[in-house]
Amino acid sequence: MSPEPTTPASAAPVSAAPGGAYIHNIGYRHYDGPRLGRAYARRSLFSQSLRGAYGLGRSAKSKVLPMLLFAVMCLPAAIMVAVAVFTKASSLPVDYSRYAVYLQAVIGLYLAAQAPQSVSRDLRFKSIPLYFSRPIERVDYVVSKFAAMAGALFILTAAPLLVLYIGALLAKLDFGDQTKGLAQGLVSVVLLSLLFAGIGLVVSAVTPRRGFGVAAVIAVLTIPYAAVSAVQGIAFVQGNEAAVGWLGLFSPITLIDGVQSAFLGGTSSFPNGLEPSTGAGFVYLFVTLAVIAGCYALLMRRYRKAGL
Amino acid sequence: MIVTESLSKRFPRVTALDRLSLDIAPGVTGLVGANGAGKSTLIKILLGLAPATEGTAHVLGLDVTKDGGTIRERVGYMPEHDCLPPDVSATEFVVHMARMSGLPPAAARERTADTLRHVGLYEERYRPIGGYSTGMKQRVKLAQALVHDPQLVFLDEPTNGLDPAGRDEMLGLIRRVHTDFGISVLVTSHLLGELERTCDHVVVIDGGKLLRSSSTDEFTQVTASLAVEVTDTEAHPDGTRALRAALTAAGATVTTGAAGAESLASAGHLLYVEAAGEETYDLVRDTVAGLGLGLIRMEQRRHRIAEVFREADEAAATPATAGAPSAPYATQDGGAHDVA
Repeated sequence: MSPEPTTPASAAPVSAAPGGAYIHNIGYRHYDGPRLGRAYARRSLFSQSLRGAYGLGRSAKSKVLPMLLFAVMCLPAAIMVAVAVFTKASSLPVDYSRYAVYLQAVIGLYLAAQAPQSVSRDLRFKSIPLYFSRPIERVDYVVSKFAAMAGALFILTAAPLLVLYIGALLAKLDFGDQTKGLAQGLVSVVLLSLLFAGIGLVVSAVTPRRGFGVAAVIAVLTIPYAAVSAVQGIAFVQGNEAAVGWLGLFSPITLIDGVQSAFLGGTSSFPNGLEPSTGAGFVYLFVTLAVIAGCYALLMRRYRKAGL
Repeated sequence: MIVTESLSKRFPRVTALDRLSLDIAPGVTGLVGANGAGKSTLIKILLGLAPATEGTAHVLGLDVTKDGGTIRERVGYMPEHDCLPPDVSATEFVVHMARMSGLPPAAARERTADTLRHVGLYEERYRPIGGYSTGMKQRVKLAQALVHDPQLVFLDEPTNGLDPAGRDEMLGLIRRVHTDFGISVLVTSHLLGELERTCDHVVVIDGGKLLRSSSTDEFTQVTASLAVEVTDTEAHPDGTRALRAALTAAGATVTTGAAGAESLASAGHLLYVEAAGEETYDLVRDTVAGLGLGLIRMEQRRHRIAEVFREADEAAATPATAGAPSAPYATQDGGAHDVA
């Protein structure tokens, strides 16, 4: 093909900038540097999404809520630590693995605010084809978004545990006990982060409307919890303690509560502190992992049709 | 650049592509077809995002079924629809997209600044995209397709939603993508006329089949003609007719604008003079001056591709009655792949 000469107007070599300076159009330069490919793109998407979940790299306004919730999440831990240090208590007032369960409302709010912004925007503004016309593929997109959301939740839930741990050591509590507690707590918040991230993303990915996403995530987290708690209460009053244990399978936070109370040394928030037996604990763990895997599968399915 | 071999894509109820064989050379290639002709399906297959039902396709010498990732690293894509989040600036967005293409952070920023400047976005690139005009948004979309310096870009209906001036600017920009940037372009449109000034080569598909594939020069340059419009004067109440008579007497081939795609209002006042060479311009000038008419315009005018196709169809159907200018096209298939 012989290139035709373009009109001179479209290739003006010099343009005046304000202030009398001239910008010399040095013409198009080709890029011959490295192209880092798919794995790099996946990492970039992960870090962009993770930063975005705390409003970093976004407008000042979008930093307010995540930072506020992060502070709210850490504040009780700081207070507990302060009390423990000053009263020279022999133990912390709360188990590491139960802390997140106590503050589930804050976690729920955070998820409701950030999960839709992470996935609904790309769907709503149809940016998805721009990703999939690049080296990354569907699995990279889903894994990056999932990992970023879970990572953001982990930061949110693990930070107060660290505050507790450092405080406990300052209060000269037993190092071995505290370290074990922290480890158990971290395992429980890893599970919680994965579970909540999965649920939040699946719900948000259904609707391109961010507002609906926020409402839907809150609904999915709170309605089952309210229902489970109420039915557990009724079952407990009627003396059906076995039912109390099993009912916990039906809402995300009680699922985590069941797992942590069965395996991670915590006590549950179920009526009268009832705990699932070890056998039931395995069922809880299995259901938790199954829901996480299910959320991943649903997300993969969701993006199958979202290509160009 | 792009080679397809009896490429077919069938969905349960529709056949989007039907044994399409193409061989597209570097340069600017127009892909023309009505809505639903299979343009977007073809792009999807060429990007390695959808499997073809049968047939093969190669882009930049790479097989789309095996090397989709490598192809997408070296190819840019500008979608037809809106795809820009309104709450970030063009710079942030294009940097992000550059990184998604595998550019390291520093290079992504540098390329973004360069590319946005080349598509004509300056200070406004730091403002949120939500406040941009349609023309500016189209430029951002083009920039994200070019930011990783691809060897080939697919532009899906880049002039959609633009006003005539914006359309012209976008078409000029597309031309520059090839001439100045050295990037080959496959641009789709449902408007034939748009592509004639921009493309080296035009491929027409309809119902997933190839209608025609030929070089734009081939069928428009040979028919270069001058469109002339003159005023009427007291001496010559119908200036157009007087000029026509004078020019014909001087030996030029003159037709009226009836065959043109021009609006009806101006058609009657336009004369098409077949340009034999430089001397035709002088002849028109001298004749108009001699008659004392005012020359409103004299412009070089290629036949519209649409006319060419129509004429080619007519020529094929009734070779005897086809007008003289259309005769060459019937035989001018060259590299064209006729529909089986």
